[in-house]
Amino acid sequence: MIPAAFDYHRPASLDEATALLARFGDGAKVLSGGMSLLPLLKLRLGAVEHLVDIGRIAGLEYIKEEGGVLRIGGGTRQATLDRSELIGGKYAILRDAVPLIADPVVRNRATVGGNLANGDPANDLPAVMIALGATFVARGCKGERSIAANQFYKGLFSTALAQDEILTEVRVPVPAGRSGGAYFKLKRKVGDFASAAAAVQLTLDAKGAIENAAIALTNAGPTPLELTDAARLLAGKAPDEKLFADVARLAAEKSSPSADRRGSVEYKRDMARVLVTRALRKAVERAGG
Amino acid sequence: MANHNISVTINGAARAAEVESRLLLVHFIRETLRLTGTHIGCDTSHCGACTVLLDGEPVKSCTVLAVQADGRQVRTVEGLEQGGKLHPVQEGFTEKHGLQCGFCTPGMLMTSVALLERNKNPNEQQIREAISGNLCRCTGYVNIVKAVQYAAEKMR
Repeated sequence: MIPAAFDYHRPASLDEATALLARFGDGAKVLSGGMSLLPLLKLRLGAVEHLVDIGRIAGLEYIKEEGGVLRIGGGTRQATLDRSELIGGKYAILRDAVPLIADPVVRNRATVGGNLANGDPANDLPAVMIALGATFVARGCKGERSIAANQFYKGLFSTALAQDEILTEVRVPVPAGRSGGAYFKLKRKVGDFASAAAAVQLTLDAKGAIENAAIALTNAGPTPLELTDAARLLAGKAPDEKLFADVARLAAEKSSPSADRRGSVEYKRDMARVLVTRALRKAVERAGG
Repeated sequence: MANHNISVTINGAARAAEVESRLLLVHFIRETLRLTGTHIGCDTSHCGACTVLLDGEPVKSCTVLAVQADGRQVRTVEGLEQGGKLHPVQEGFTEKHGLQCGFCTPGMLMTSVALLERNKNPNEQQIREAISGNLCRCTGYVNIVKAVQYAAEKMR
């Protein structure tokens, strides 16, 4: 399969890239790793007049913790993140999620920024970043701004990014002491998108009760789905199986997956319930509860 | 739409060509350079038959543009044999019957080579994880794992 014709641009800097995006408007798309965009163009599910390849712009691939924030460059390839010693530990949820994305060969090209900015509700990192309370840095012609992960997704393949903006960095606040997180994903085989998946990040107080929590689901609606009601149910309570079951049931009710070859709506909802339960259990265990 | 002049080092030899923006790396390799050892399988970045090494890392060349490889090093299955001698991974696939129909083999070999260049002594699980983006419909993977283990021993 061959994509419809387009022109290709390889800017050397972010300024040059955003200027190209502004100039070409709706006819342009950012090419990062290309692991979502190129299949889409090949299948001709979409067409584009100008591809702006940000893959050669220096300084977009990094993972560092400084000033109470984990900073991940938008151009960081998932294989690089997977090999980073910084993930795991406090960021166990990332250690869970990254190896479940696509397959190892795809992860050599696929980038964190691409996975997040593509706006596909089937992608894994959006729910994880929402659970972690991350913010995304968007860089456009007029400068930079920050957008909270849970305000970023507007609709199916639609995000808060303006036409000339590029997601250049993810900022994850370092979790407080006694925090834990987990990502559980059900998929039919390596490389598949989630039939259902749940991200949980929580913090326990001095008495072992849940101080705060965030829950988000992958592939459970047109956007990654943050479950604020279910998370609120956890706040202030001592974690136990009854609580996990109640929260997971509410999460399943709120989820609105579509039926496809991965299963029926009922099946996917029930799998969301099971995975939220498991993620809660694991998150509390990792938080030291 | 505009064409681009690219230069790519393939198996150690510099090659230059004028390509269309939309030309895929796998078509550049097979049709422009006439290196047909790299196969096109699913053509949707699932099966890994088209896997080549781009700057030493396995990538699915059906989902990379030729222009993205400009200025880079590409290794294909044709580059494995040196001076008439099979690469240890190729020898392993022969000795341990790591293939039947052979369609997935070029990609499987390249992924395995990259694994062994990164990790000289992978355990079975690491081998299985490394090749999990390469599909084989014949062997059930058992003999492929044995072939990679054979090569690992030979390369140490």
